[in-house]
Amino acid sequence: MDRERPIRVLIAKPGLDGHDKGAKVVAKALKDAGMEVIYIGLRQSTDSILSAAVEENVDVIGLSILSGSHLPICRELSEKMVQRGIEGAKVVVGGVIPRADVQVLRDLGISEVFRGGSSFDDIIQAIKKIARGAQRQ
Amino acid sequence: MKTDGELKETDTGVKVKLYYTPEDLPDFDYETSLGSPGKYPYTRGIYPTMYRGKLWTMRQYSGFSTSENTNSRFKFLLEQGQTGLSLALDLPTQLGLDSDDPLAKDDVGRLGVAIDTLRDMEEMFDGIPLDKISTSFTVNSTASIILAMYVATGEKQGVSKEKLRGTIQNDILKEYIARGTWIFPPQPSIRLIGDTIVYCIENIPRFNSVSVSGTHICEAGATHAQSIAYPFLTAITYINEVLRRGYQIDQIAPLLSFHLIAGGIQFQLFQDVANLRAARRLWAKIVKERLGAKEEKSMLLRFSTGAMGSGMTEQQPLNNIARIAYYALAAALAGSRSFNLPCFDEAYGIPTEEAIRTSLRVQQILAYETGVADTVDPLAGSYYAENLTNYFEKEIEREMEEIESRGGIVACIENGYIQSKLLGQAYEVEKKIQTGEIAKVGVNRFTIDEEQREMEVFKVDPEVLSQQTERLNRVRATRDKGKVTACLNDLKKAATEERNTMPYLVDAVKAYATMGEIIGVLKGVYGEAEQPVFI
Repeated sequence: MDRERPIRVLIAKPGLDGHDKGAKVVAKALKDAGMEVIYIGLRQSTDSILSAAVEENVDVIGLSILSGSHLPICRELSEKMVQRGIEGAKVVVGGVIPRADVQVLRDLGISEVFRGGSSFDDIIQAIKKIARGAQRQ
Repeated sequence: MKTDGELKETDTGVKVKLYYTPEDLPDFDYETSLGSPGKYPYTRGIYPTMYRGKLWTMRQYSGFSTSENTNSRFKFLLEQGQTGLSLALDLPTQLGLDSDDPLAKDDVGRLGVAIDTLRDMEEMFDGIPLDKISTSFTVNSTASIILAMYVATGEKQGVSKEKLRGTIQNDILKEYIARGTWIFPPQPSIRLIGDTIVYCIENIPRFNSVSVSGTHICEAGATHAQSIAYPFLTAITYINEVLRRGYQIDQIAPLLSFHLIAGGIQFQLFQDVANLRAARRLWAKIVKERLGAKEEKSMLLRFSTGAMGSGMTEQQPLNNIARIAYYALAAALAGSRSFNLPCFDEAYGIPTEEAIRTSLRVQQILAYETGVADTVDPLAGSYYAENLTNYFEKEIEREMEEIESRGGIVACIENGYIQSKLLGQAYEVEKKIQTGEIAKVGVNRFTIDEEQREMEVFKVDPEVLSQQTERLNRVRATRDKGKVTACLNDLKKAATEERNTMPYLVDAVKAYATMGEIIGVLKGVYGEAEQPVFI
């Protein structure tokens, strides 16, 4: 049987906030679920995130944002994706995200939003679905 | 939850008996184990009268986008009778980035006030005499620059340095573990902290030059005992840096304060209280026996308590008010000097005014309606509370020894040992919550179909970035550029020659050098920390 290659996920913290337990705990859960996880750490610019995503050939980009700056960051990220011709890249966002902003993020092209209280299982299943979709494209 | 005969394993792994008897306190002696309040080893409290003499300080952390907004807010609070101000700084200010730095744009004025130059500080305290208030600044990597600006602001108001009162957090080591606002590598960062402590000893004796924090590392996965052991090792590191410069322990210890955990994701009412009582006793012994202090005031573990957002659930958010109240009860039973409570909407965004006010009301109800403050250390003498206190004292010592046997706290941060250990612990706790092994009401027990109710969410003024950038440009255009360059050169020379940088920082801020310019000079000398990425 032709075994699918493991899903590759890049995890980053854009902006200046340094609280990265959430990002790292999710990274560990994804690893335990058999995914390859590249955690690039704090204070990442949208450019550094996209460059790393291309270089690492990941299926999904995961952003952790707790500071409330998710809208400007994701707006800029989606503009940069268009500029780079990679607007099909799959991005998920987790963190402190008000319910009202979920649809705004989706309209910006974010595939999935994980608000506080999301379980590892929700996140793993959603990323699997998104990544398999991306791999088939 | 395992039950092993009469021992029950609690959610934190601590095993407790069905009940406790005098046999659980075999060596208990009132004078040596506890001492009366205000007496060595201070298990019962560091002051003789505790809350009868003075209630705890009710401080809620808050920040306002620009210095003008902050100034009017401060004036309002002072009119209301508040005498202590707690100031949140935005992340660019905490990381030494000017507001027009491209990396800063999404964070200017977001989580606190933006301070680029001395002008911002002067305007923030305009009409607020610095000899009449005390100000607490949550700042670490750039703490020495903020302190220099505070000194310079006081000087312009005609307030001499020795009259300034306040606290700077100024605790860099936990930033590499948990909070993430590091700039320089650990060693030069410790040297900068040494500079501020020495400057305070010499010039500002009433200023708390370091607040060593155990709360942030709990958010990152530290256990109760680690949340005391690591701050103690950190404090000893800073103390050694100053002893090395020829000062005495009795000059240094009274300037240190601590911010310790009461509440949070691993909250257990009696364990939280016992852990803090144990911390008070152990610190007194460490400072007296290990560090050789002679004066009583050096041996006092002066701590405030806090708990942060991770204990607050997104589900059924009003349930969090009950959690906050129990955290506050623990803090009061432990004799904390100041409580910083989380807010019920932490999972939704930056707390709203209503949520902040509710947390303050929780403290006021506890203080004025429950009688909890009427007698000092009410749990003393309880077989259970004293047994747990003894247990945590040993555990804290064991955690300290473990890190020391691995080369000390700095080495264990540089090689990522502590970060990996805490991450593993945090991951296990999270898994246990998700499987229901650790109960969380509203999350894995007693759940409901969550209403799609919209919570009011705090919004940042979108004009802040342009306003702050304009202010910065005005200062840049009107200052004496030659003087700025000369001051920055002097600073560079002092840092390179390992002289105390504080006087040079004061000169540089007085010349209106920007935060970014000053940090740029220091980065040139000290280098930058490598990103600690450990999974």
